[in-house]
Amino acid sequence: MVKTLMGSIRQYKKQSILTPLFVSGEVLMEIIVPLIMAYLIDRGIEPGNMNEVLRYSVYLSCFVVVQLFFGVMSSRLGAYASAGFAHNLRSDIYRKVQSFSFSNIDKFSTASIITRLTTDINNVQFAYQFMLRLVFRAPLMMTFALIVSFGIDSDISKAFLLFIPFLAIGLGAILKVTYPIFDRVFQNYDKLNNVVQENVRGIRVVKSFDRADYEQKKFNKVSQLIYREYSKAEKILAFNSPVMLITSYGYIIIISWLGAKAIVASGNNIALGLTTGQLLSLFIYAQQILISLMIISILFVIVAISRASMKRITEILREDSNIINCENPVYEVKNGGIIFDNVSFVYGKDSDKQDKNVLENINVMINSGESVGILGATGSAKSSLVQLIPRLYDVTSGSVKIGGVDVRDYDIATLREAVSLVLQKNELFSGTIKENLMWGNQDATQEEIEAACRLAKANEFIEAKPDKYDTYIEQGGANISGGQKQRLCIARALLKKPKILILDDSTSAVDTKTDAYIQAGLASYIPETTKIIISQRVSSVCNADKILIMEDGKIKDMGKHDELLERSEIYSQLYESQLKGGAVNE
Amino acid sequence: MNNEMKAKKDTVRRLLSYMKNHKIKLFIVVICIVINAIASVKSATFLETLIDDHILPMLVSGSNDFSGLFNALIYLAMIFAIGIAANLVYHIIMVVVSQKTLKKIRDEMFEKMQTLPIKYFDTNSHGDIMSRYTNDADTLRNMIAESLPQILSVTITIMAIFIAMLAVSIPLTVFIIISVLLMMLFVKNTAGKSGSYFIKQQQSLGDLNGYVEEIVNGLKVVKVFSYEEKSEEIFDGKNEIWRDNATNANTYASIIMPVMQGLSNVQYVFLAIIGGYMAINAAPNFTITGVNVLTLGMIAAFLTLAKNFTNPISHISSQVNSIVMAIAGASRIFDLMDEEIEKDEGDVILVNVIEHDGGFKESQGKTGIWAWKCPSDAGEAQYIRVRGHVVLENVNFGYTEDKMVLKDISVYAKSGEKVAFVGATGAGKTTITNLINRFYDIDDGKISYDGIDIKRIRKQDLRRSLGVVLQEVNLFTGTVMENIRYGNVDATDEECIAAAKLANADNFIRMLPNGYETVLEGDGSGLSQGQRQLISIARAAVADPPVMILDEATSSIDTRTELLVQRGMDKLMEGRSVFVIAHRLSTVRNSDVIMVMENGSIIERGNHDQLIEQKGKYYQLYMGAFELE
Repeated sequence: MVKTLMGSIRQYKKQSILTPLFVSGEVLMEIIVPLIMAYLIDRGIEPGNMNEVLRYSVYLSCFVVVQLFFGVMSSRLGAYASAGFAHNLRSDIYRKVQSFSFSNIDKFSTASIITRLTTDINNVQFAYQFMLRLVFRAPLMMTFALIVSFGIDSDISKAFLLFIPFLAIGLGAILKVTYPIFDRVFQNYDKLNNVVQENVRGIRVVKSFDRADYEQKKFNKVSQLIYREYSKAEKILAFNSPVMLITSYGYIIIISWLGAKAIVASGNNIALGLTTGQLLSLFIYAQQILISLMIISILFVIVAISRASMKRITEILREDSNIINCENPVYEVKNGGIIFDNVSFVYGKDSDKQDKNVLENINVMINSGESVGILGATGSAKSSLVQLIPRLYDVTSGSVKIGGVDVRDYDIATLREAVSLVLQKNELFSGTIKENLMWGNQDATQEEIEAACRLAKANEFIEAKPDKYDTYIEQGGANISGGQKQRLCIARALLKKPKILILDDSTSAVDTKTDAYIQAGLASYIPETTKIIISQRVSSVCNADKILIMEDGKIKDMGKHDELLERSEIYSQLYESQLKGGAVNE
Repeated sequence: MNNEMKAKKDTVRRLLSYMKNHKIKLFIVVICIVINAIASVKSATFLETLIDDHILPMLVSGSNDFSGLFNALIYLAMIFAIGIAANLVYHIIMVVVSQKTLKKIRDEMFEKMQTLPIKYFDTNSHGDIMSRYTNDADTLRNMIAESLPQILSVTITIMAIFIAMLAVSIPLTVFIIISVLLMMLFVKNTAGKSGSYFIKQQQSLGDLNGYVEEIVNGLKVVKVFSYEEKSEEIFDGKNEIWRDNATNANTYASIIMPVMQGLSNVQYVFLAIIGGYMAINAAPNFTITGVNVLTLGMIAAFLTLAKNFTNPISHISSQVNSIVMAIAGASRIFDLMDEEIEKDEGDVILVNVIEHDGGFKESQGKTGIWAWKCPSDAGEAQYIRVRGHVVLENVNFGYTEDKMVLKDISVYAKSGEKVAFVGATGAGKTTITNLINRFYDIDDGKISYDGIDIKRIRKQDLRRSLGVVLQEVNLFTGTVMENIRYGNVDATDEECIAAAKLANADNFIRMLPNGYETVLEGDGSGLSQGQRQLISIARAAVADPPVMILDEATSSIDTRTELLVQRGMDKLMEGRSVFVIAHRLSTVRNSDVIMVMENGSIIERGNHDQLIEQKGKYYQLYMGAFELE
């Protein structure tokens, strides 16, 4: 896990190594300074020798300057390296996610990908910065301080060793107990997020059914859970500080007792044993050792918290897109002819819960330039069928061929350039109308854009807006109606000038008349493009060269309007229900 | 600048007001912090006692009697024990106080959010609303649980040490104060720079995360358009800006500690020189207890005190940023809480009644008969039976003042009638329903319900009497059964299943892995659009309201299934008024009255046959569908 993440350090390796080095230098200075301070007291102040005081003061000042240099450098480099690392890591995940296939996206869910790209990265960056500055600092400081302490007086210093097992067991136990609780806290946070998100999104439903109380109860329940678990974890964590204090205060008492005895025994003579100056140093080192221990315990907590985030990020980095280019991809799509050759398809074949084929033994031949309508009941796998064409999913068995070549043999970008699919659940992005349309073709001229909009019947409402094509679209197209959104999405797809155009129920929110215009326009203005239209409306597809009737993942019937009207019960029923539906009900 | 300070102060004060209920606890906390601070000061000053009162006298007298020191240490150990106990107590109490306060703020925020008008949700980014519950609440937790006690503890410690220092030497204390003030100047400067970069960092992070959220949500579109490279380019730009700001913010923030450390060492050097000079020359040393001469123990103690005085200050300074961020977070939370709530001056409520002496009598149980209870000035409440008679008279409305969406709309829906609205997208059909259930309020005109102005009806009762199926289906995490029951919490399983059958959803629900107990996640992401609509129809059916509003409720359902749903719905609609919005003419054809809308006005009205006869817009639309044949 750590190794995968380390791969993102790259050009910040130098700084990542230099930072702990400078930190080590800083620590070394922090150890030397109290030593000199001890000399200053023992040789200067105590014997009343002002010259010695000044001499050691000069030494001290020199070391302080060096210490400052190291401190400033390590701060700067540490900040640089950690921000750089987070930058690379974020970019790596982003690129990875961009390479994901539809089934990869389905597996993680967009909400979870977003959390990983935002909150989780922040946690990891914080941990990394903390580690760079402290991971060497604390153990080094402790080791140096212990060595020097032993050099001053090994008997007194030994007393400190007595506390180490106590500390280790105490802090270890606290961490061990709290970690699983924190884990639960984070899970509950996810739940809280979910409740809030669903509430905000579905606020119209909540208000319509007057369910504010119910929602409040749901929220309070999770809120209460967080309160309970979080308090529990933090209450246990609160024992951290008494454990540290017992060690710290206990050591002070022991140093005082043993130190006093040693000084009295030596007559405060450095040659014979401990002196008051050295006792002062021992006090300072004792504090430094304790601070180091405290840092180590914080380090544990931070790592424990960020561990979950690291795990989630690694999962993304290790996930490989299951739709990738083959070895010698084809870079040209000859024509828009499509062949489904005995195609069967299952979503997420590695997951064991759904084994039922979504599509079964599909055999269809569509000639280049033909128009094909697809009708079928809700859930009959119409969308699944067309998503195989631009290789959004790969077939489970059989093959899909375009222009006589298996879609898996094409370069993916080339393939998707040639196939324009307007998704059922489509998205616009924040930006102007023009910027959104240019997703289809980044080099599109104003004339081309306007032509595409005319074809999609989007030109009228765009031109009615004060800013026309520069009208700003809010995130998700919140400031335009459903029908306008759909028409923009069609225009965007048309700008690609595709060989194959697929509309997956893309006019459901467009009124019948407009729909009719669009269909007629497509037929006369882009005759050479293969058009596949999924619709609920018979009127949208009845002029097609071929109409497929789908049921339960199979093709139930195929033919022209007149043929189907005669022989297909489903088709004639659909036709009846839509054009004479009122009469049936009366 | 001054206003900004005041706003910050108000935010902090308001935050503190949330802890009012914990006065006794906080009092104990303060006492414990004081005790804890005394113990920690004691540990710093004990060195002086040790050297001056025990070691040096023994060195001078040559005695070997350690009993005095032993007693002093026992005494010290007792103080330490009390200090440790106090420390533990205040930590644990603070955990409870901070978590309870946070829970209170969270719960209040959610409660408040439920009362906000739809407009708030329509005009604020959802991600932005949500971040208040997570990011902003987190910064608050830091502040309440960590920063506040720390500041209090540090202040008390500093004060105690200050007094201890005065007791040792006033001249040396003056020196310390001056040098600390100089250090603070540096801290203020650096923290200021760091703070402004931190704000920039947060802004660039918000921008970056916003972009990520949008692109990842639309990732499938990105793939369809092979837009990956272009989006990576934009992402890189934003990521680079963030990196730059983050580097600067963190550099300045982390530079404070080592610099303060260095400065405090410089301070130490000067202290040693001044102290040494005073001690060696036996210069008079003023203290708060009198004049004396500095001793070795006093210098040693003072040096330790000085370190303990400056360390916490540098510690707090490095936390300035987290406090700044917490205040920013708190003010965002309070902004939400200060939003104007949905106004509701209605006093007419919906009650169950039984017929009684030709009139109605209120009943607590379910009777199947609903009535509006209108309070009157006379005192005796008047009951009007709910019939679903909705009238819109000369209604004008615009979401913004400068653009009218509806112009002079009048609609009369008699009880049990099916009223349909057809028209092009953007003609204002959905807006009408937004007005009937008062998601938005009309600017001009009147809407009445069973003869009562809807402004007089309490909003929650009004909405309860209207069953709504919306164009955008929202499902909640939970089982299918729970989602259907959302329409009516009192519904039994049988009633929910009956509603599902009515909506023709029963078949596919039974096909799900666990039938009605299948857990739906992520807004029912495993279901197709049409299936989600069927569940939402079942949800409205189980609510059993006198009036139904169906806004493109069947747009993603194929017409054959719709026909089956329609039959169930017709059964459901018996005796109810129904408003139907659809672009599909087959959906509205059998309505009692059809309103054809264009640009916010009703241009034609009548039933199907009448409209066909008129040969107007409806006729064209209807024929338009045939033209393609």
